[in-house]
Amino acid sequence: MDFGPHLLLAILEGGVTAAVLALTAMGLSIVFGVMRVVNVAHGEFYMVGAVLAWYIATALGGNPALGFVAAIIVAPLLVGSLAAGVDRLILRRINYDPERTIVATIGTLYILQQTTLMTFGPNPRPVEPPFNTRIALPWFEWSDKGLEFYYPWGLSITSYKLFVIVAASVILITLWLAITRSKAGLIMRATQQDSDMAQAFGIPVKTVYSVVFGLGAGLAAVGAVLVVPIQQAYYLMGHDPLLLAFIVVIIGGLGSLPGTIIAAILIGMADSIISVFFTPTLAKIFATLLVATVLVFRPTGLMGKSTA
Amino acid sequence: MTKLIKPTLTRRKLLGTGAAALASTPLLGRYAQAQSSEPIKIGFQVHRTGIGASYGRWYDRTTQAAVKRINDMGGINGRPVEVISEDDGTDPKRGAEVVEKFATQHNTDIAFGTLFSHVVYGSAPRAGELKMPYFVVSEGHHVASGALNRWTMQPGITDVKSQVQAMAPFVAENLGKKVTMIYPDFAFGHDHRDYFSAAIEAQGGEVVAKIAIPPTETSFTKYFPKIPRNTDVIYHVMVGPAVLTFVKEMGEFFGPSKPEIFGFIDSLEAVDIASPGLEFLEGTYFWEGNPRYAQDTNHDFDANYRKAVGVDENGASVSDSKDVSTYAHMFGCWETLNIVKRGMEMADYKGAGDRQALIEAVESMSNMDLSDDHPQGAKIFNGKTHQTFGHQYISKVEGGKLALAHTTSIEDTMYEDEVDYTTQSF
Repeated sequence: MDFGPHLLLAILEGGVTAAVLALTAMGLSIVFGVMRVVNVAHGEFYMVGAVLAWYIATALGGNPALGFVAAIIVAPLLVGSLAAGVDRLILRRINYDPERTIVATIGTLYILQQTTLMTFGPNPRPVEPPFNTRIALPWFEWSDKGLEFYYPWGLSITSYKLFVIVAASVILITLWLAITRSKAGLIMRATQQDSDMAQAFGIPVKTVYSVVFGLGAGLAAVGAVLVVPIQQAYYLMGHDPLLLAFIVVIIGGLGSLPGTIIAAILIGMADSIISVFFTPTLAKIFATLLVATVLVFRPTGLMGKSTA
Repeated sequence: MTKLIKPTLTRRKLLGTGAAALASTPLLGRYAQAQSSEPIKIGFQVHRTGIGASYGRWYDRTTQAAVKRINDMGGINGRPVEVISEDDGTDPKRGAEVVEKFATQHNTDIAFGTLFSHVVYGSAPRAGELKMPYFVVSEGHHVASGALNRWTMQPGITDVKSQVQAMAPFVAENLGKKVTMIYPDFAFGHDHRDYFSAAIEAQGGEVVAKIAIPPTETSFTKYFPKIPRNTDVIYHVMVGPAVLTFVKEMGEFFGPSKPEIFGFIDSLEAVDIASPGLEFLEGTYFWEGNPRYAQDTNHDFDANYRKAVGVDENGASVSDSKDVSTYAHMFGCWETLNIVKRGMEMADYKGAGDRQALIEAVESMSNMDLSDDHPQGAKIFNGKTHQTFGHQYISKVEGGKLALAHTTSIEDTMYEDEVDYTTQSF
């Protein structure tokens, strides 16, 4: 394949990876930003979202679009409620102590994963996309006759993959508006900046924490529902998103929304482009090096603020 | 000088200790008087979880069905067979622990099962150290290459080297000579890469690109641009939970202008060929270890086996048409257990002391005829390399099903011995 079309394909694939990664990492980032909780179970909330999407789509049957629409609404709500429950039952009782929350969320990770294994089973299961047309993409070339368009072999994307990029962008913009413009967002930001002072001003900090933890997990679930028609629902699918989401929030700056988006695009694109032109192993090496470099030169991340 | 020790135990203490010791060995008396009717224990190392779970599910069903048949026929040497299953998580480290558990905790007579080559690699050395006969139903060339030990055998399924060697002439003659290979980046995939490259070159063909994909990869479109434009044939073999995604994305990439495609059914084991997004496979070819769809030409042995393991004419479970079997591989469990039975009978196997005799008995085997014991086809076992050789099947996708297009001879699959395990000490 020629260089130009080859690069375009890599960018489109990277776009899909980045879109899902941005949603997942955003969940992790918000939870850390507001609650100072490192949620190691984040990848499992993602996995539960995908598994619930399969259950919902299978239960409804019929037109795949119906199942998908139901899944994208119901699965994140269920996962969010589950996470809010985890917050109330576990995290609140250990006073959000940083070390203990890590251990507690590791425990939650195993409980979610093994429960899924015991109920859903160890086999991957597909969810049918609501629509999935192959779109051949044109490329241009200067010739004697001027600008010419042609369709290079293999240069294509599916309508569903484009939809994933658009849907993730819309959700992230809505989230940004909600956090910066709405009263709920104001309460979240107030809690983030000084939870004691917020409490003193009558903000129900405990409720805010439960909602934020649920929102974080719900965002991971949205990412998973979007990805499950491309990949499949599988009980071990939470590992990679967790690792990549951590890489993204470290690079972007813990708790920083724009930083998370920039880092997600950087990592998603780099993973795809390096995998296409070199090897997938090199892409992982690059991501790790980037984390190390950021930690050395900007310990708070690209857009992070010092907490001191 | 030895000093006399005055017993410090009181009579009450002694009675108490003795009673406790007796209580902890409740089977002592039973074993002593009924040793010959104790079951023969087969430790079954099964991929119940992890990336091999679909195979594990069907390896388990096939094993249970084979053991039921053996017990219905009177067991082995008049003793019933009992299967003790342990999940290896499709993980080499766990695999070695499972073999150890069989030896030390369950006291099984043999260890058996497992498909994924990295688990075999991880477990075989421990089996050798424990002097535990280890019958694998893998496909890797590791047994016949001499990389393992005398306690490890693969008598019920052919290996990758012989499979690809038998396929190469068909690919070169019918599909094309410029081949791009796509395979998983671990031992099993590397066997494909090395032996198919050599085999296609022997046919005057050429591998124009080798695309290795990490076995845990979940999206594949980014790898496909590496396929050179002058490729005549795509050769694909993928394993693991993302196989359906792999094949679907391959179709989306090529669109209407695809090259010829030859796949190993591993890329779609336990997946319905008629799944949405797989329509582009129509007219492409697959290697099958055993044809998934019942063919018109099938013999009764296949029908009997199909019935025993609960698989319908489309290769799916009789109780759930969506539960597609791993038909191309799972016959290996059935056949291996029948070979173990025959070996134990030849060696007059009585217990752990006869394990060496069992290995020697199986090593002495050669021809295995097409029968209810060997429903996949006749085989020739090579005692020196511990590897069996058999027919290979090539099927074409027609109307969303697989139709048998070509059957290779056993001779097509044979190669020079690379090891003589019989010269190694036990």
